[in-house]
Amino acid sequence: MYPSRFRYEAPHSLDEARSLLAQYGDEAKVLAGGQSLVPLLKLRFAAPELLVDINGVPGLGHHRVEAGVLRVGALCRHVDLERSSVLARHPLVASAAPLIADPIVRNRGTLVGSLCHADPQGDWASVLLALGGHVVAEGPHGRRPIPMAEFTLGPFQNALRPGEIAVEAVAPAPRGQVSGRYLKLERRVGDFATVGVAVALETDGDRVVRAGIALTGVGPHTIAATAAEQALVGRPLTAATVEEAAQLAAEASRPKGDHRGSVAYKRHVVATFVRRGLARTDLEAVA
Amino acid sequence: MTALDEIKIGGLGASRRRVEDARFVRGRGNYTDDIVLPGMLHMEILRSPLAHARITSIDTSRAWEIPGVRLVLTGEMMAQRNLAWMPTLSYDTQAVLATDKVRFQGQEVCVVVADDPYIAKDGCDAIVVEYEPLTPVVNPLQSRAADAPLIRDDKEGQVDNTCYRWEVGDRAATERAFAQADVVSRMQLHYPRSHPSPIECCGSIADFDPATQKLTVYMTTQAPHIIRAAVALVAELPEHMIRIVSPDIGGGFGNKVPVYPGYVASILASILLGRPVKWIEDRTGNLASTGFGRDMYLAAEMALRSDGRILAVRMHADTDQGAFFADAQPTKFKIGLLHSAFACYDIGTGHITAQGHYTNKAPGGVAYRCSFRVTEAMFFQERMMQAAAVDLGMDQAEFRRINLLRDDAFPARTPFGFLVDSGQYGKCLRLGLDAIGYEQFLVDQAEARTRGRRLGIGISTMTEPLGAGNSREYDILGIKMFDSAELRVHMTGKAILRVGAKSQGQGHETTWGQIVAHELGIPAADVIVEEGDTDTAPFGMGTYASRSTPVAGAAISMVARKVRAKARKLAAHLLECSEEDVEWELGRLYVRGAPHRGATIQECAMAAYSNMPDGMEPGLENVAYYDPPNLTWPFACYIATVEVDPETGVWDVLRFVAVDDCGVRINPMVVEGQIMGGLTEAYAMSSMQFQTYDAEGNMVGSNYMDYLLPTAWETPGFELHEVVTPCPHHPIGAKGVGECAAVGGPAAFVNAVHDALSDTGVRNIDMPLLPDRVWQALQDGRDVSGMPPVRSD
Ligand SMILES: Cc1cc2nc3c(=O)[nH]c(=O)nc-3n(C[C@H](O)[C@H](O)[C@H](O)COP(=O)(O)OP(=O)(O)OC[C@H]3O[C@@H](n4cnc5c(N)ncnc54)[C@H](O)[C@@H]3O)c2cc1C
Repeated sequence: MYPSRFRYEAPHSLDEARSLLAQYGDEAKVLAGGQSLVPLLKLRFAAPELLVDINGVPGLGHHRVEAGVLRVGALCRHVDLERSSVLARHPLVASAAPLIADPIVRNRGTLVGSLCHADPQGDWASVLLALGGHVVAEGPHGRRPIPMAEFTLGPFQNALRPGEIAVEAVAPAPRGQVSGRYLKLERRVGDFATVGVAVALETDGDRVVRAGIALTGVGPHTIAATAAEQALVGRPLTAATVEEAAQLAAEASRPKGDHRGSVAYKRHVVATFVRRGLARTDLEAVA
Repeated sequence: MTALDEIKIGGLGASRRRVEDARFVRGRGNYTDDIVLPGMLHMEILRSPLAHARITSIDTSRAWEIPGVRLVLTGEMMAQRNLAWMPTLSYDTQAVLATDKVRFQGQEVCVVVADDPYIAKDGCDAIVVEYEPLTPVVNPLQSRAADAPLIRDDKEGQVDNTCYRWEVGDRAATERAFAQADVVSRMQLHYPRSHPSPIECCGSIADFDPATQKLTVYMTTQAPHIIRAAVALVAELPEHMIRIVSPDIGGGFGNKVPVYPGYVASILASILLGRPVKWIEDRTGNLASTGFGRDMYLAAEMALRSDGRILAVRMHADTDQGAFFADAQPTKFKIGLLHSAFACYDIGTGHITAQGHYTNKAPGGVAYRCSFRVTEAMFFQERMMQAAAVDLGMDQAEFRRINLLRDDAFPARTPFGFLVDSGQYGKCLRLGLDAIGYEQFLVDQAEARTRGRRLGIGISTMTEPLGAGNSREYDILGIKMFDSAELRVHMTGKAILRVGAKSQGQGHETTWGQIVAHELGIPAADVIVEEGDTDTAPFGMGTYASRSTPVAGAAISMVARKVRAKARKLAAHLLECSEEDVEWELGRLYVRGAPHRGATIQECAMAAYSNMPDGMEPGLENVAYYDPPNLTWPFACYIATVEVDPETGVWDVLRFVAVDDCGVRINPMVVEGQIMGGLTEAYAMSSMQFQTYDAEGNMVGSNYMDYLLPTAWETPGFELHEVVTPCPHHPIGAKGVGECAAVGGPAAFVNAVHDALSDTGVRNIDMPLLPDRVWQALQDGRDVSGMPPVRSD
């Protein structure tokens, strides 16, 4: 791999990292797991002047649940989540982790890096969107939370300001009975999703109190299937409500036809996956 | 004295561990990119971003200004030295660096040579090329259109985009047979473009020494001697001053047979600069510009009698060759050995026509794990067989059984001229059916269907011609396709064996030693094997088309037998008897009637250097060139069972049974490795691995994100079985095996998926059977063609 010439810094503190970023502005890029950035450097699609390697910055490798809230640090790798034992109340996260890329990529790539990269085919953005999560940014003007729904501006564009670094991704504490599942149609392990669907449910008895449904790979960015979510909230999961949600989610998708499938196919798979994602929680109701 | 245990000395039938793995698994291999020469420079290639365009100007001035840039070559500079174009292995020409037009995306336009590869790449980025876009042609349909632009306007007398026409068989007899048919079955499909994609990309280090005038090229080639001949002809250097060294190769699969522009440019750069020049291709360069495989459109009709007998086959093939006709194949056969189709069946008569088309796509296509288009032949054959069985309303296994050649039919001449010499086809088929539990599966399948589950079973039976080939019919650029071996036994009975073939991972160093052990009784571990250096190896045509064991392996037997003949003379001398009275057992010569009086092969070797009879030439060595009397004809029966998810079109392999008859197995473990690898590629073809182009001629599949190779995760398990019918003409009865599974395997998977859809009227979904294609077919009850351009908006 022969990228363009760049400067490389490996700061040992967040402050140092922030000041380097502030100094170089748009010309600097954070290097986390490198699983998206390095391929871009290789192809010379990205040619930043400075790489700020944050792998030596302490205190970013964590993921933990505090009062039900899941906090994932900027250096928490996909594999950490895949092997985690604290995700019992975050089944969507647990089910998505082993579906990201392949084992080699999972060993290095990070969830936060994936959110920052804002690839419309990145899986984690859907997961965080379905969970109603947010990203914590630190910059020259301090610390601020950015709701996931506002974090992605477009393909490969995030809401971080120049000089800002994402330190954590946060998923709120779920209430009641929790279920969730990530469904992904891929042609091969390590392939990006043809269609990905994140489903997160919180139920109280047989009533849905919160529903999160987000779609990967079927639009210019990750899509929150808001209408589908609303069709479920306050109602029980029945064959009819599930079907309604599935159809609304399919309508919310904006896929492009390409060598992975036609528009009709991708919409159909969205509906199928929503159905399956919900069926998991209440097989009887859907059968 | 008891006879040697052949298995213990690593002879025929021993699953000896691969000796080359000792260095490969330790990272101690010696690949082209591992070689570093003093004063070495680095070359990068600037490629065309467009599929079809006229070059209006090239400005290299900014590249020359970059410190560390030593040379920038353009097509014009190549032309001044008569090197802008080079011959292909199919008697066409190919641009080394574009002069007039670019004819495919990824075509080589300039090269930059610099102190390191980063600077060379910077140099490429600094070159400004202006293009005037022309209409791109991305498939044979467009290529044939009346208003299609002429792609090869460089060729005198070329008036359209046709690059060859070819036919074989008996047109009149075929027509007569069709007139008598009860049923005529039809099939039409596209075998998609695929790329061999060896993990090691191509590369070379050209080292021209201005003092000695000798050119040494270290390079990734499967056929070093052919390269030497080509360089001698193209570069007009005397052949004895050219040394081609092919070090360890990280996979070839046919991709490393042709001569590529990068090789030629690195050689010229080294000659001009008087320093070694290294070129290592990147992944995109490899996928986007080097030899692909397949890309063939096939349509055929089969004339059938209502009792299930085949009367005739009529076939037409259109091949998409890309911008240059660069197939590596025997001269006589413009579409390789496509006419080996149906060789295992008694089809009465047949007629095949074929036409090649230029398009604005990467040039090729090479024989990707394949004896020159037999992959397309066998895939089509087995798809056609399934369709015919359906049309006849016959069980697909039974339909195959009644049309397969019977054991007493050999040797059998096919309607297209091949001589199929051996096999036990019925036995292989029965073994496969029993292993998969055919009858029970049909019951389970019917039961599952009632519950909405779609199970399918697919069969593929085929024989293929491997090991080109006899000199009457097979040559490349006029050079006959023999092979060679040179064996030198040292005084202590250890030996060095040099062979004209060239391993790319197949395990030659392991297997060749075993042939020597079998013929001479020298333990395989006492034989060192060397290949790939044209200054030391005898002339051979290299490794592809499963020809190493059939041809070079036979040469090894023959040279060992020559050595044994001399050892016999030495033994007679040592044993003080006449040569006629010397008997041979493995590793030892003894006096007839007095078995205790003998000399081992090692004792004979010592005598060859220290105690030879008066008048005998010292030493114990020889060389053999082997011209095989025929191709070898392995047979295989592959059976897959699958389940299709009708909601998503995703299909999973339930089981896969493989029965291979590749004759005598020299190293069963190596053979099984070849079969497993081939089946993995078969699964790849059927499920995901292909290259296509959009309407503008942009390649989809020029990196590993878009070009999918299956991993261990999704590759199904394979259950292997064997039948052994020795090859009647090979010295040890072996047949080729490297390709069988990749050739015969795809149809088993594809037939299985179609079987799962048998009630829908869907006759053909083109490979790869991506979920969306299967779903679409189920949705509409119609065939799905994978012909490019792909859908896009
Ligand atoms: C072969 C392969 C297959 C893959 N398959 C999938 C898949 O199936 N699904 C999927 O979702 N992803 C996939 N990926 C992408 C993978 O998940 C990446 O790990 C992830 O997208 C980026 O995380 P990273 O830590 O590697 O980020 P990097 O590559 O280091 O950075 C990515 C971008 O985010 C920025 N960035 C990173 N961290 C921060 C931060 N803390 N603050 C501010 N900016 C930051 C970087 O500057 C850069 O622009 C695949 C990657 C590969 C190579």
